[in-house]
Order: sequence, then C-alpha cells, then structure tokens
Amino acid sequence: MTTGPRPAVGSIAVEATALEKQFNNVRAVDGIDLCVRRGQVFGVLGPNGAGKTTMLKMLATLLSIDGGSARIFGIDVAARPHEVRQLVGVTGQYASVDENLTGRENLVLFGRLLGLPRKGAAQTAEELLAAFGLADAADRQIKQFSGGMRRRLDLAASLISRPPLIFLDEPTTGLDPRTRGQMWDTIRQLVRDGATVLLTTQYLDEADQLADRIAVIDRGKKVAEGTPDELKASVGNSTLHVRLEDRTRTADAAALVARVLGEDPVLTPEAGGLNIALADANRAADVLIALRQAELGITTASVRQPSLDEVFLALTGHHTSDADQNEVAR
Amino acid sequence: MTPLLPTRGAAARPLAPRPTLRDTIDQSFAMAWRALIKMRRNPEQFFDVTLQPLLFTAMFTYIFGGAVAGSTAGYLPIIIPGILAQTTLTACMATGIQLREDMDKGVFDRFKSLPIARIAPLAGSAIADLLRYSIAATLTILVGIAMGYRPGGGILGVGAAWLLTVFAGWALAWVFTWLGTIARSAQAVQGISMMIMFPLSFLSNAFVPTQTMPGWLQTFVSINPVTLVIQAVRDLMNDGAFTANVGWAVLGCSAVVAVFAPLAVRSYGRKM
Repeated sequence: MTTGPRPAVGSIAVEATALEKQFNNVRAVDGIDLCVRRGQVFGVLGPNGAGKTTMLKMLATLLSIDGGSARIFGIDVAARPHEVRQLVGVTGQYASVDENLTGRENLVLFGRLLGLPRKGAAQTAEELLAAFGLADAADRQIKQFSGGMRRRLDLAASLISRPPLIFLDEPTTGLDPRTRGQMWDTIRQLVRDGATVLLTTQYLDEADQLADRIAVIDRGKKVAEGTPDELKASVGNSTLHVRLEDRTRTADAAALVARVLGEDPVLTPEAGGLNIALADANRAADVLIALRQAELGITTASVRQPSLDEVFLALTGHHTSDADQNEVAR
Repeated sequence: MTPLLPTRGAAARPLAPRPTLRDTIDQSFAMAWRALIKMRRNPEQFFDVTLQPLLFTAMFTYIFGGAVAGSTAGYLPIIIPGILAQTTLTACMATGIQLREDMDKGVFDRFKSLPIARIAPLAGSAIADLLRYSIAATLTILVGIAMGYRPGGGILGVGAAWLLTVFAGWALAWVFTWLGTIARSAQAVQGISMMIMFPLSFLSNAFVPTQTMPGWLQTFVSINPVTLVIQAVRDLMNDGAFTANVGWAVLGCSAVVAVFAPLAVRSYGRKM
C-alpha cells in the first residue's frame, strides 16, 4: 500500500510546544505541550470551554497560532499550512458537510476539491457511503439526515484523501448509545488501518475505551497526562455512590467511611449523597457493612467508574463547570 | 463492519507546497458546481434577477419616459442600458450576502481544512453567479424589445453589450464579495451593500442625462465605473460601435477586480 520511505513506527505525528491562543481577554489555550505518536489514539479530555476545540483548530490550521509552535509529522503548522492540510482529516463537532447537498454530492464535491478525477470521486463516494452504512440515504439532502448519519458522513468526508492523521472533535457528543458504539468501532477500525487519531471528548469512558493516552485539559492548561489506567488510578478504579435516608447524618457517615477506607469521601451537590473513591471495587462491601452496623440507612447505592467530574476534582480540586457531565454512569 | 479505505502513509506521497494554477481552476469549478446545485434547490435565489428586470424596466420607462426623453419609445435606448447595469449591480450585491451566510455554515470549516486554494470558495460562487447575471441581462433586453425597443446595434451590438454587462457584474461582485468576508453578519453585508449600491446606480447616467447635475456631482458620475459600463453598453446596443467607452468600461471593471479580489482573498484567509 505505502510507497516510498516511511517514518519508523513510533515516530511523532503531532508535536505541540507551549501552544497559546488568546481571544480578547481570555486565554483559551494557555501553554499546552502535546506529543502524539504515530499509530496512537490520543484523547484530549476536558469539560466544555476547556480549550479542546480551540487547540484542535489550531493544529488543523483553522485558527492562527498566537504563541508556541506545532508540527504535524515534522511539518510546521504555521509556516506550511497547505502541506499540513494534506496530512490531516478533520471531523468537527458540528457536522461540516453541506446541508443543501445530498450525501453523495457532498462526498463527490470534497473528492473533486481534493483533486480526484470525476470518476474517481464518484467511486470513492460510493465506497465510503457503503462502508459507513449510508448507501440507502445517499441521495437524500443532509437536511433530512439524523444526527448519527451526519456524523458518519462527516467522518467519511474526512477520509476521502486517506489522511494518515485524523482529528475528531467530540465525535459522539449528542449521539445515542447505539450510534455511539458504532462510531467507536469505526474509530478502532481506522487505527487498525494505520491512522493516527487525535480526539477530544468530555467522557472519561470514551477516552478510556479508545485512547492509548489521555491528556486532561482544564481552562486552557494541561493538568494531567497518562494512560487511561494511570489516570483512573489517580481517582481510584471505581466510585461508590450512596444516598442516606437521613441527610442530617451525612457528617457521621463521612467520618465512618474515612475510618474504614482511610480516605475522606466527597459530598455530592445534592444533600445526603456521598461519592466514595475505591481503589478496589470489592471494598464497596466493607463500606456498606460498616454503614449498616452503624445503623446509617441508605436509599440508593451504586458502584460505577469515576466520572470526568471526579477525575477533575482529584486533579484540579474543582468541579467541571457544567454539572450535566457528572452523570457518565455506566 | 466493512473495511474502510486504507490509510495512506504519511510519507506515501510528495506534499505540494502550494496549489498550482491548474488545481486552483479545478477547485473553483468544483465549488461552482456546488453553488449551482444549491441554486437549483433554492429557486427563490432567482427572484431578484427575474422579477426586477420585468418590474423596473416597465416602471422606469413609463414614469420617466415622457419627462426625460419626451416619449416612452424615445426613452428606451437610454433606460434599457441603465436598467441592465442596475439589475446586474443588485444581483452582485446578493453574491456578497449569500457568501456571508454560506461562510457561517459548518461546511466552510471543512473547506478551510482542505488543501485547496484559498480563493476557490470565493471564485466558485463568482463563477456560478455568472448564471444569475446572464438571466438578469437577457430578461432586461427581452422586456425592452417587448416594449418596443429596437436596438440599432443589431445582434452583434446587443450580444457584445450582453457580454459586457455580465462581465461587469462579475467584476463588481468582487466588491461585495470582499464586504461579505469582512462583515460580521449577512444583515451587515446587506446594509453596507445598499449604501454602496444606491449611489453607484443612481449617481450615474443610468436614468437621466447628466448635464443638469451640479459640477461636483458630474465629476463623480463621470468616474463611476457604472457610468462607464452604461455608456459603453449604449454605444454597443444603439450604434453597434466599439468605442473608446467600451475600452474604458473593460479597463475600469478589470481595475475593480485587481483591487478587490486580492482584498477578498486576504480577509477570507485571515478569518480562519
């Protein structure tokens, strides 16, 4: 498939140093360093407004770089944008396809823009429509596409030139669980085919499922980086959430948990709720038995993966600004 | 899941440092193809270029005809070239507004992320809009003929006038394209365009002879590119004469392109 010299496996696909972006008075991206190896899936995790999309747009030549530098496969993004654009496929947060055109027309248009001959563009469009399960809807205008279909078409459009590096900006935000699973399969397939993927997400479980390495971004700064396991270990492997029958006894319960586990639980925003980080899920039973023995009645108990908010709390000492993201329960 | 297209290696192909002229032309035509599909799906985009020639030609001829030229028939050789220029100018204005609306859509993010010439999205709509100018020019001439206008320049003169009008529309559209790239919203483009369009079309020789205007106004009128175009169109349609005015009109329009096309591309490039 590949002709010509090929960089050794493990060479660097994306390298950013002290990347900065200023919007009026706001530092949207404030000195981020990033290093993505070839063949890796690199997840950028953070809440809304953390600067993920801004960073991705700078790397994709869609926004100018205010400070620092970035290289894609060794090519400077600011100095040689046209070359960088030939190496990167970008799938935006909001489907960047033409509403007025049909699925097929969109893919043919992008194929033609990328220099494919008329026939080649039509054939590539056909192949991609089939691969993404859009063949039946090919001749419908995008206006009539569902959210999941738009995302799939958008990703298909990013693959026309078969770019070695793919940027995915929140690829599954707003998708239902089934469509989300399909998108994950597609991303895994891309990596098997040799692509390097840089994706942003608000969901810890998505980063956990897909990424080899995760950077956590908060307010334009990188607050942590590591493998998914390293990251989760920093907040415990799972979280026990309990809600007390009698919310006035929350302090007693917290003290009891601290005695059992040797670590303070986190009080949830709603009264009478405790989030208890567990290094080992089996310790949940110890906590529940202790509560029972102390006659602290509970209404609900659940063990789940730590949410992004808990990772955040552990890493930054503050909650994600958007409370909606607390529930990334399994 | 069926296999996707295999990814090419990063070093699989040589990277072009910049798009070639050939690429730029191909990409512009691909963008024009997109614009034409959109026009077909939204036929209301043709309202201005179909209704305005019908309405304005009849209206201006019957209102001003007697007062300006003594009779409606005598006014036609003056007013038809004027309406031609005015209608085309209105059609150009829509080019800028539509471009602005278009640029706010997600698909422009993709255009920007593709390795294509920065001018291609702008040039594409400029090419597709030639169709709109052609419709406007053809309808205006046909309405004139239906009202009794008999151009002395014959088919050749009328054909040349038609070509010049369409070319002028394409050239002046770069002014509005530039506005489209600098303004914040489509409404803003509309507002600013009106302020430019009205002086350009009315402070010209389009509707009345310029002799009765004050001297300072005559100076503006005489350098207004719209005046140059109208004068050239009159020479071509009424006399079939390729006068110096035709040369000046082509030169004036080319100057507009030379100034505003680079400005538009630069500000479009900076928006990203």
